[in-house]
Parts: sequence; structure tokens; C-alpha cells
Amino acid sequence: MKYVLMFVETEEFAQKLEAMGELEQQAAYAAVGQWFADHADKITHHTHLAPVHTATTVRPGQGEPVVTDGPFVEGKEVVSGFAEVEVADLDEALRIARSWPACPVVEIRPVS
Amino acid sequence: MKADPSQDVLARVVREHAGRLAASLVSLLGDFSAAEDLVQDAVETALRRWPVEGVPERPDAWLFTVARRRGLDVLRRESNHRAKLARLRRPAPAARDDRLRLIFTCCHPALSRAAQIALTLRVVCGLSAAQIAAAFLVPESTVAQRITRAKRKIGEAAIPYRIPAEQELPQRVNEVLAVIYLLFNEGYLSSTAERAQARDLVDDAEWLAALLANLMPKEPEAAGLLALIRLHRARGAARFDPDGRLVLLADQDRSLWDRQAIEDATALLTRAARAHRRAGPYQLQAAIVACHAEAESFAGTDWAQILVLYDMLLHLAPSPVTRLHRAVALRHVQGPEAALAELEELGQALERYPLLHATRAELLRSLGRREEARRADERALKLTANPAQHALLERRLAWD
Repeated sequence: MKYVLMFVETEEFAQKLEAMGELEQQAAYAAVGQWFADHADKITHHTHLAPVHTATTVRPGQGEPVVTDGPFVEGKEVVSGFAEVEVADLDEALRIARSWPACPVVEIRPVS
Repeated sequence: MKADPSQDVLARVVREHAGRLAASLVSLLGDFSAAEDLVQDAVETALRRWPVEGVPERPDAWLFTVARRRGLDVLRRESNHRAKLARLRRPAPAARDDRLRLIFTCCHPALSRAAQIALTLRVVCGLSAAQIAAAFLVPESTVAQRITRAKRKIGEAAIPYRIPAEQELPQRVNEVLAVIYLLFNEGYLSSTAERAQARDLVDDAEWLAALLANLMPKEPEAAGLLALIRLHRARGAARFDPDGRLVLLADQDRSLWDRQAIEDATALLTRAARAHRRAGPYQLQAAIVACHAEAESFAGTDWAQILVLYDMLLHLAPSPVTRLHRAVALRHVQGPEAALAELEELGQALERYPLLHATRAELLRSLGRREEARRADERALKLTANPAQHALLERRLAWD
């Protein structure tokens, strides 16, 4: 069963990361690296997304598609990256997501 | 179907066997949703036919046969289910583990609390969507939708049908206990006007707690919750006066309490506590209720013991509401001033909680501060939506 773990950043988290000293920041990145290494056998694909100010949204509705600057929902929480995992069931996906060491929200969605 | 006294008996028999049947069908078919539909079908057939034909000698076998036949009909129409067909032909009774797996799946944390409750009542207790809707005073379509959505999520998100692994078990057991406790509270605290419907939920909660305690004999909190529910129920007859008005503990006629039930529940609690030596919030709450239940009179209550138990409870599960209850015990040990000081500290956290103001009113009244007491009662009255509490506060204000 494949799931996508979507990592959601909050403004508060971004500010906290910003405010960290260099060593602390390195430790935070190392924790993320370790997490990917720990679950490497389950992670089939993953990527980090460029910051939200680079987003462009297209709404191909009636007539001309509408193109706007920015994400589809303006919010204080944004998806900053994702990892696709191949595991037995939701409990295993939950276990991996619980150990995620960085941003404070992870949404789990089965890949249909 | 007309209502008759045997309805209760039927409901009990159905509840006892529907969960068992669901458990065995889910493990046979590996398909939660299909199994659940078969059970509901069999239960509905039973509720239609048993009042006419009488309850069969072996209700579980009867239900299983009906579900199996129906399952075979459905499967025959679909050609790619040969393996499952073969499994359905070899009926097996539900093992202990099957029922536990069923309960844990219904109470999986990936489902909303409302869905956990609806699914547990439906699948484990065999209640219909209409019965669940009546108990919670919500539209039947809401309940049906919750159940459908939950079953879809179990299938599509692959929520596993199994007993959680050792390291997850404590948290997951808590999830299950919380669902049962919520059911009990919903039934127990409902106002008098809704009592006729609410009583069902207390029944279901007790049944579920007994089932869990039976299936998990090494989990003292399951026994604790069962004891807690039984101790509350044992005093049920004294909680309302003949006009259906709520009677406070201090004013209850203790001769109406079921002494035998109190003794049994206390013994159950003591056994669990001694065997496992792992105190938890449900055991402690039950122990507090046991202290009240064992007292010959309100004045003869062992308040010092209750205070110790509240301190332990606060240590394990800190909550402002528990602190409020502890303050009531404190009053009887150290006097109203000490309790009042506690309440002042709690004022911020529980400003919108009617019981805080009602308790404050009582303490102020006992200190002769009548005007402040009156204002506190009025504040409590404004905050409560429960008709039984409302009536009680109004009576108190009228005496002033």
C-alpha cells in the first residue's frame, strides 16, 4: 500500500528555524537526513518543494484558464515537501510519520 | 414491529451475538464493510422474525447461518470471490482475538471520535443507525453517513484489522476506554427528559466495558472502567426523586442503593488493583466512587481517603475539572475556606463551567456570604443547558 506523507510547514515553525543558531540548524537538518536514512527502505520517492512564493496556480475552468500568482489556498500552513512510502497499512505509515523530526504537521494520504 | 417487554431481551441477545458474528465474518472475508452489511442484514432479519417465531435455542448459530446464506448469495453474483466463497463454506466461531481486533479497528485514532462511537455501537453492539441516532438525538442520516464514511476510510486508507502491537497498546487501549466512557457519560448525564432513550447507552457502555475486561484480563484499567460504571449504576435508583428531579449525593436515600452490586463492583476493582498494581485514571475514579458508595451516610464519608485518591488522579491525569472535584473533598477535610481558595485559582480555567459556580455558591452559603452565593448560583444557572441541573439550581435559588 502506497501513501504520500505531506509535510506541512507553519509560519511559527519557519520563524523558529530562522531564529536558530548555525549549529542548531545543522542538527535540525541532520535529524531530517537521519529520518530519511532510517526509512530509506520504505520511501519510494521524495522531494522538497521550493518556497511558497514561487507557486503559480492555474484554474482551467470555463473558457480561458485562470492563472494566478501564489498557492491555491493562501494560508499560514503550506505543504513544503512530500515523501511517498510503500508500507503494509495505515498503522505503519503512522509510525513513520510520528517519528518525523521537522515541521509540525504531516498529512497522510493513500495513493489510489 | 410493536413494542413489547421481550424487546429488551431481544436487544440483549442481538448485542451479545452481533459483535461476535461481525468479528468472525471480518476475519473470514477480510472485508470490513461487506462483513458489516451481512451482520446488519442478519440482525434485522432476527428482529423481524424472533418476536414471531421465538428466540432460537442457539441465537449465534442462527445469525451466522442467515449471514452466511446471504453472503453466499452476494458472492455468487460476483465471480472473482472464489477464495472467499470457500472460506464462508467453512464456518468458524469468532475467537477472542477476532472480537478484540474488531473493537480496536472501530476505535482507530485515524477515525473521528464521532465515527468511532457510531461504528462501535453499530458493529460491536449491533445497534441500527436509527437506534444510535435516537440515543444521540441526531438525524439518522448523519449517523448513517458517519458509518459509511468510516467504513470507506477503513478500506481505502488500509486501517488494519488487528490488535495493536505491544508498544502501541497502552495508547490504543486508552482510545477504546475513552469511547466507552464517553458512551457511559452521554447516557448517565443526560437530562431526565431524555432518560428513556439515554438508558440504552449506559447499558451498552456497561456491556462493552464488561466485554473488554473479559477479553483483556491483564488490563486493570478495563476492570477499573467496568467497576466505575457498575458503581454509578448501583446508586441509580436514588439519583432522581419520584418527580424525576435530580437528587444530590448528600440528599440521596442510601437505602435505595444496590448494596450487592456495590460490593461486587468494589471486589472487582480490588482484584484488578491487587493483581496488576498499575493504577490508572479509571481505577482511581472507581475507587473514589467506591468510597462514596461504601459510606453509611454523607457525614460518614471517608473524605481523607477520597482526597488522597484525587491527588493520585491529578498526578496521573491533571485536569481543572478533577481539581474542582478535589476541592469538594478538601472542604470536608480542611473546611470551606481552603476549598474556596482552590476555586478562586480555578476560576480562570473553568469560568464557563456551571459546576464551578454552583460549588462556589455552596461554599459561600456555608460561610454565610449569602449575597455572593446567590450571584454564583445565578451564574451557574445561566451556563447550564441541562434541564435537571437547571431545575436543581432554580429550587436552590427559590429557598434563599
